[in-house]
Amino acid sequence: MKPLLSIGVLAALLGLPPRADGRLSPSQTVLRNGLVVVTSEQKALPMVTLSLLIEGGSRLDPAGREGAANLTAQLLTYGTKKHSAVELSDMLDFLGATITTGCSEEAVTANLTVLKKDLDAGLELLAEILTEASFPEDEIERQKQAVIAAIRAQEEQPGHVAEVKFMETLFPKSAYGRQVEGTAESVKRLDRPTLVDFYEKNIRPDRAILAVVGDVSQKEIVEKLARAFQPWQKRAGAKPAAAAPAAGAPTVIKINKQLTQANIILGHPGVPRTHPDYYAIQVMNYILGGGGFSSRLMDSIRNERGFAYSVYSQFEPQKYTGSFQVVMQTKNESAAEAIKIAVAEIRKMRENGVTEAELNEAKDYLIGSFPLRFDTNRKVAAFLSQVEFYGLGLDYPDKYPDIIRKISREDVLRVARQYLHPETLIAVIVADQAKADVKALDTGGGL
Amino acid sequence: MRALLFSLFSVFLFMSPARAQSFAVKETTLDNGLKVLLLEDHKSAAVTFQVWYRVGARNEVDGKSGLSHFLEHMMFKGTPTVKPEEYSRIIAKNGGNSNAFTSQDYTVYFATMSRDKIGIEVALEADRMANAILDGPTFENEKSVVMEERRLRTDDNPAAALGEVASAVMYMVYPYRRPVIGWMSDILHLTRDDLIQHYKTYYAPNNAFIVAVGDFSTDDMLAKIKQEFGKVARRSDPPKVTFDEPPQDGERRVTLKKEAELPLLAGYYHTPNLLAKDAFALDLLSTILAGGRSSRLHHDLVYEKQIATGIDADYDGLAIGPSAFSITAQVMPDKDPKQVEQAIDAAVAKIKSEPVNERELQKAKNQVEASFVFGQDSIFGQAMRIGQFESLSKWQMIDDYLPGIRAVTAADVQRVAKKYLDADKRTVGLLVPTKENGQ
Repeated sequence: MKPLLSIGVLAALLGLPPRADGRLSPSQTVLRNGLVVVTSEQKALPMVTLSLLIEGGSRLDPAGREGAANLTAQLLTYGTKKHSAVELSDMLDFLGATITTGCSEEAVTANLTVLKKDLDAGLELLAEILTEASFPEDEIERQKQAVIAAIRAQEEQPGHVAEVKFMETLFPKSAYGRQVEGTAESVKRLDRPTLVDFYEKNIRPDRAILAVVGDVSQKEIVEKLARAFQPWQKRAGAKPAAAAPAAGAPTVIKINKQLTQANIILGHPGVPRTHPDYYAIQVMNYILGGGGFSSRLMDSIRNERGFAYSVYSQFEPQKYTGSFQVVMQTKNESAAEAIKIAVAEIRKMRENGVTEAELNEAKDYLIGSFPLRFDTNRKVAAFLSQVEFYGLGLDYPDKYPDIIRKISREDVLRVARQYLHPETLIAVIVADQAKADVKALDTGGGL
Repeated sequence: MRALLFSLFSVFLFMSPARAQSFAVKETTLDNGLKVLLLEDHKSAAVTFQVWYRVGARNEVDGKSGLSHFLEHMMFKGTPTVKPEEYSRIIAKNGGNSNAFTSQDYTVYFATMSRDKIGIEVALEADRMANAILDGPTFENEKSVVMEERRLRTDDNPAAALGEVASAVMYMVYPYRRPVIGWMSDILHLTRDDLIQHYKTYYAPNNAFIVAVGDFSTDDMLAKIKQEFGKVARRSDPPKVTFDEPPQDGERRVTLKKEAELPLLAGYYHTPNLLAKDAFALDLLSTILAGGRSSRLHHDLVYEKQIATGIDADYDGLAIGPSAFSITAQVMPDKDPKQVEQAIDAAVAKIKSEPVNERELQKAKNQVEASFVFGQDSIFGQAMRIGQFESLSKWQMIDDYLPGIRAVTAADVQRVAKKYLDADKRTVGLLVPTKENGQ
């Protein structure tokens, strides 16, 4: 599926008709500068949420300058041609608003929620950071230290340590295998020209999606945006090529820490969000370990044996790739046993598939809970920008129930066999290794 | 999650008042004493239904810590008509999300579902209010699960571990000195009889209330609640918590050495809760000190001096018992925690000696007011707010909150800073990282 981004770059005010869930009724407009604006008017509260997503995150970091995209995103609110970092902080706090900028492998994001009465002021500030960020040297230095400290601080979260090592092993030599923040060493190397270059090349309207949800009509917001974002001009240059990270070899990695629990991740590559089997995989995974208290992993590891408080599996998709992970924590001493059970559940899913009752429960949950995803303006805004980013179509909420309903037991069995690979798992175990004593993985198939 | 709730107090307090919401809450009390608070909100297609029991870790005694939380877990193990873990499955297959959490003051069970399905949750909650089994082969397994939860949340989490030991030092008498999840040896020795006794004492309609917010008709919802919960018998009123924390005379210091990366410094001051007039000024004091990037402590320690990675100030005014004002900072690599403490002390000394300027005060008020509106974005957040105010006193207090904030003067902020941020009455906790050999 191609993103809607490609339709009529110059078409102004391309409003799509309202959809079945009258409460969401998203509309889409493409501004002259190429910015795709998706709106959903919600009048219940005097507030407006703006969620901006610009394609191209850490995967566009120059080699040796890992962390450039993230630091660029972070610096956006630390100085513009008009205002210093201190002035920006003070202005936003005075509105009771925050502009939160972020970065992933695939996108730079900026989010802003303001009271309706402050919408103009908020838009002006948002436009200012997107077009006039000044990257002062002293602010760069400050934020470099902050990022390096944050990388260090995360080291004391065992779950985070496991996740970082897992992704590094899963996608070696790829942005998907690196921390978005970069490393302490690469961040130290970042300088103003690198950030300014990233900003000028990549913080651009013609690769961006802005979702606006709240107490403002489509007409009103589009007029305001056309004015406020007028200085944000489209840039030359082709879209970055699709990423295709190669997967690393299966292995068992042990990291020793003074912990009472082993933090375990087992997994392998998954599928991208736009993969045709994505939905059947989600149904299968719900039954395996995605379905909270209703999943097989929860039953066999938590409920039957009391081995873990938290255990789940996920096929986490991105635009160009994805991963499959089983994540759990158990006391060091039961690590080997818990891993054995998890692997057995994956094998069982591949061998026998699921029952009709399990399938129906999974489908009923996924279809029934779908509208609950829209219970706040912020969630609606995030959802709409994702729908646009992945090119799912504004009628996606209407299509979703049918997509799920059509999935059969045969589909689930097929995707289990195709996308679960218990013989080639990567395992990361962050634990007190003397007590955890995990030998090789007992995958039943030899490793 | 069946999760503990350590920090929600303050989070939701900040999400407090700009536009009065409670006028639309419909209050009813059933014959058995169960209070019902309903708020229609049709902006999304969801309903959140919450049962609040007025029991938490503060109702426990020595040797039985973690009892309320363990009971919360065992409430999912069925009734004569619902099999163990079947509750969660029924809610999920009807398209709902459900969970529960325990705090020092309350235990809450909830589900969020569509309008046409929420009746299922109402019936299941009424059933387990009266008929929970709390026994059987699931007992020992679930105890292991809770012990794993303690390892995950506290034992392997340096910040949480520091909070636990600091509370144990700050409070000598009041039950807040014990952790919600319980000490490991207490969890290990809790018995079935303990659970059953606790359940019989506290899980009564007259010791609970319901909060529902979302896309429903008040008349239909109330009828359904009466039909299901009306059947549950009233019980004798549970015992009151009679502890008083004596005044603290002299600073207390506690150190925790643990494998970690960066030192963490936390200072705790005794304060009254939201029922006191000073509460509004204390809330603004926390915002002026550490609410947002332009706040005093953030600007000075994180931005200017770069000696802290982050800093937070919290006023825990929604606590039923003796509440606290805390200031927490994570120290930047290679910086001295002493320097961080001195900088915090200097900022505190300044706010005690000079009134804040009017713009700074107005900024803090704007932040609190905007947060209140943003807090209404979520039906779950609205239900939490109604429940927390009701848990403390009465939900109508929500309406007093914003006028209370608006009325605070610079002199008030200075006065409460002087009165409560007293170094002789504080507890200071310091996490000292140790690092063993990796790999």
